[in-house]
Amino acid sequence: MFSIGLTSAAYIAASVLFILALGGLSNQESAKRAVWYGIVGMFIAMVATIFGPGVSNLFLILVAVAGGAVAGTYVAGRVQMTEMPQLVAALHSFVGLAAVFIGLNADVMLSTVNDLKAAGTAMADADLTGFGEKLWKKDSVEIAILKVEVFLGIFIGAVTFTGSVVAFGKLAGKIDGKPVQIKFPSESAPIPFLSGHWLNAVSLAACIILGFMYFNGAGIWTMVLVTIIAGFIGWHLIMGIGGADMPVVVSMLNSYSGWAAAAIGFTLGNDLLIVTGALVGSSGAILSYIMCRAMNRKFVSVILGGFGGTGGPAQEVSGEMIAIEAEGVAASLNDADSVIIVPGYGMAVAQAQQAVSELVRKLRSQGKEVRFGIHPVAGRLPGHMNVLLAEAKVPYDIVLEMDEINDDFPETDVAIVIGSNDIVNPAAQDDPNSPIAGMPVLEVWKSKQVFVSKRGQGTGYSGIENPLFFKENTRMFYGDAKASLDKLLPMID
Amino acid sequence: MRGKTDVKIGTPKEVFEGEARVAMTPDSARQLQKLGYECAIEAGAGSAAGFSDAAYKEAGVKVIKGAAPLWKAVDIIAKVRPPTETEMKRLREGQTLISFFYPAANEKLMDLAKSKGANTIAMDMVPRISRAQKMDALSSMANIAGYRAVIEAGSNFGRFFTGQVTAAGKVPPAKVLVVGAGVAGLAAIGTATSLGAITYAFDVRPEVAEQIESMGAEFVFLEFDEQQQDGAATGGYAAPSSPEFRDKQLEKFRELAPEMDIVITTALIPNRDAPVLWTKDMVEAMKPGSVIVDLAAERGGNCELTVPDEKIVTEGGVTIVGYTDFPSRMAAQSSTLYATNIRHMMTDLTPEKDGEVNHDMEDDVIRGATVTFENEITFPPPPPKIQAIAAQPKEKPKELTPEEKRAQELAAFKEATKQQVAMLAAGGVLMLVIGAYAPASFMQHFIVFALACFVGFQVIWNVSHALHTPLMAITNAISGIIVVGALLQIGSPSYLVIFLSFISVLIASINIVGGFLVTRRMLAMFQKS
Repeated sequence: MFSIGLTSAAYIAASVLFILALGGLSNQESAKRAVWYGIVGMFIAMVATIFGPGVSNLFLILVAVAGGAVAGTYVAGRVQMTEMPQLVAALHSFVGLAAVFIGLNADVMLSTVNDLKAAGTAMADADLTGFGEKLWKKDSVEIAILKVEVFLGIFIGAVTFTGSVVAFGKLAGKIDGKPVQIKFPSESAPIPFLSGHWLNAVSLAACIILGFMYFNGAGIWTMVLVTIIAGFIGWHLIMGIGGADMPVVVSMLNSYSGWAAAAIGFTLGNDLLIVTGALVGSSGAILSYIMCRAMNRKFVSVILGGFGGTGGPAQEVSGEMIAIEAEGVAASLNDADSVIIVPGYGMAVAQAQQAVSELVRKLRSQGKEVRFGIHPVAGRLPGHMNVLLAEAKVPYDIVLEMDEINDDFPETDVAIVIGSNDIVNPAAQDDPNSPIAGMPVLEVWKSKQVFVSKRGQGTGYSGIENPLFFKENTRMFYGDAKASLDKLLPMID
Repeated sequence: MRGKTDVKIGTPKEVFEGEARVAMTPDSARQLQKLGYECAIEAGAGSAAGFSDAAYKEAGVKVIKGAAPLWKAVDIIAKVRPPTETEMKRLREGQTLISFFYPAANEKLMDLAKSKGANTIAMDMVPRISRAQKMDALSSMANIAGYRAVIEAGSNFGRFFTGQVTAAGKVPPAKVLVVGAGVAGLAAIGTATSLGAITYAFDVRPEVAEQIESMGAEFVFLEFDEQQQDGAATGGYAAPSSPEFRDKQLEKFRELAPEMDIVITTALIPNRDAPVLWTKDMVEAMKPGSVIVDLAAERGGNCELTVPDEKIVTEGGVTIVGYTDFPSRMAAQSSTLYATNIRHMMTDLTPEKDGEVNHDMEDDVIRGATVTFENEITFPPPPPKIQAIAAQPKEKPKELTPEEKRAQELAAFKEATKQQVAMLAAGGVLMLVIGAYAPASFMQHFIVFALACFVGFQVIWNVSHALHTPLMAITNAISGIIVVGALLQIGSPSYLVIFLSFISVLIASINIVGGFLVTRRMLAMFQKS
């Protein structure tokens, strides 16, 4: 058995290791070491807790941990890299759910302790856990704060849980990706306060009222209600956000899961939980910020769903889309010296990353300079494209960020856009009335020739017309990305 | 309608005196057959361009003796020169004719085609837009003319183009002036510079200066204030210039004339006689042995002394070449390119590749080139839907001076400082307020929390963008630390608490193990080349 001192020391070690684990992700090589820091830190933290003071039911713990480990190993081994966004969302929901349960438990235990206190039982006689003992020692102000913490933990946890479940469903294609919002009582004549974001606001107000009732002594039923209402908010909030905003949503939920853990840490008075929760929370917040900046949108407007109002009519797009066959693309590629590929979600959908990798291998073996330009919001998860390309064995040193590669387009012979749309839309720079005006984009149109691999003529997720497709140096290479590339590959010599 | 496999494309022998080109080559015939057409050619049609009947037969082309049987046998006639009246009379209802036509000058022929009910596509009317470049026969012919003009000049010029230092003495390089930097002019510039001549070029459109310089010639700059009309507005051609501008221009030429060894003029304005740019006195000012090649001879010539279709030598010993058949003088090359232009036109006319002509009058290119269609004259065409040939030049952002830059940086720095100070102050006040009310035990944890947030922000900013997905996975894993909370509660006497804790431990463990493993899996995939 570890003493409190030893446990605390172990917690410090674990905290440091977690910080190192996150810091190590600054480059690909140190990252491989960093993940071990994380694993060791987690191991130390769990062993110190399990064998620390006030923990019993060892058998149940072992069963649960073993079960979780088996399930985790299974999932981690089986998941496709294209399914990473879903997996991440699913894992967030677990943290959220656990936070809710632990919050509810805290309240149950608090009332048990209060009952025992009221019955006059001595602390030594009561059958208490480590946490129970802490509760026993709290004075009334501390209990009031504890209640706030319980409320916050449950609320954030429940929002995270249902929000992540919806995000998972949308990412996995089990729920329609289009933004949906409840209009009550009917679509055509909604009552403002029971529709759309007003409904969220009303629900939030209800939660706060329930919270105040709880602080003033109402029973656990208030918290159960808060769980349900917060769950509804999470569900409704994410249902109202479209598929292409998922990078922001997933990072936001990542952040929430961290804050939920931190709130639970306050409840339990556990510094390790607080530190880790804060780390995860700030990490998610920064990711959300980066994603929003990459879309030139305010965080609030993403969360409130839909694109903001535009200042006027969109610029007329003149010209026509010109299709090209694989032969033409192959001829250009064979002549080109430098090629930049800009992948997007369409590449992931078509599972075309292997074909892309093969194309890159062939082109590079002819001594051509081939690089990738990755927009921060390409895909459905921050950094999603990098992982897909890494999986297909594309060396990471030719996969560059937007800022690193944008100046090189004018000297590039051929730019290939595979399954991306808004992130290469010149309207973001040219048309101040465009809904995406000001969003940083990859300037593919500056290269000598652009090929766009695209399924059909329609607009992308955002429904914004893309003038790139009408440019004189752009050719449309229609068809499923994978099928198109497979047709192209034998023609590259 | 005839059966699917019957549609034939045929090329007769050119009847124009001295015309050596042919509209179909064995290579283009192979491509046309891929579109589903059968090909036919009049016997001997390709011989002047160096393509024998045997070569055509080998490519699967039917060789037909005599023009009349060929015109009868095929559905689509592809030829080079505008048809003669005799040829026009052979046309029949529904037949398609593809050739140069010059409809503005050939109204009689157009009426004839209309009355015959034939569809006529004029290769010289193909709109000048990017998509149609592959069938722009005027450009491919002009390219050849420009090249040939230099060769022609060279064969009449008694010296080297390139400067040399030989054992027998030093040879100065020839100086070449190209007037008009259209397709022909640019081709001439390219050819002259690659032969080693010092090349100058002039054009009234200032925006082509860049193209001229990219071909290796020096742009003859004219000081003139008047705003020239943008070439893009006139379909890529030069517009007529004002008298003042012209005077200034001639003055410049007069200045250049004594220095130049070779002058190649290519200046044409659509639907007008060629402007006279090289006057008699300029010719007289030139050194004996100099050569002028006038590519505008067909329209009267840019040089005052040009005699169309002839080569003359002036009293001052200057040779003036006024041939009008430069492309025909390189028949093998021009036939290959022209046949390819025709083949591309057919590709656009056969979108399904089924050997069936789909004469789509909605298509800008086809509509523009068609001069008669189903008993109607369709010339002149409406302006194409696509206007922009060259994008309007954008105003470049002003280059900042170093002082301005420094001032900007300073302002940005001050702004950032202000922001940071404001945030720190706000944070500090918030801490103080919380500290004033919250109990000490809470503050202890709160300090830890605030510091952890701070460390988190510092650390995460350094994470490489490429590793954001692994970052999410690993934060997923470590947010499984919430298991600690459940572990602390699982020993409770309440079964409800035990049950909920059990579930929490279970799912948090999935997070931990799954998160770490998947992170490891991902990171292992990142490989350096």
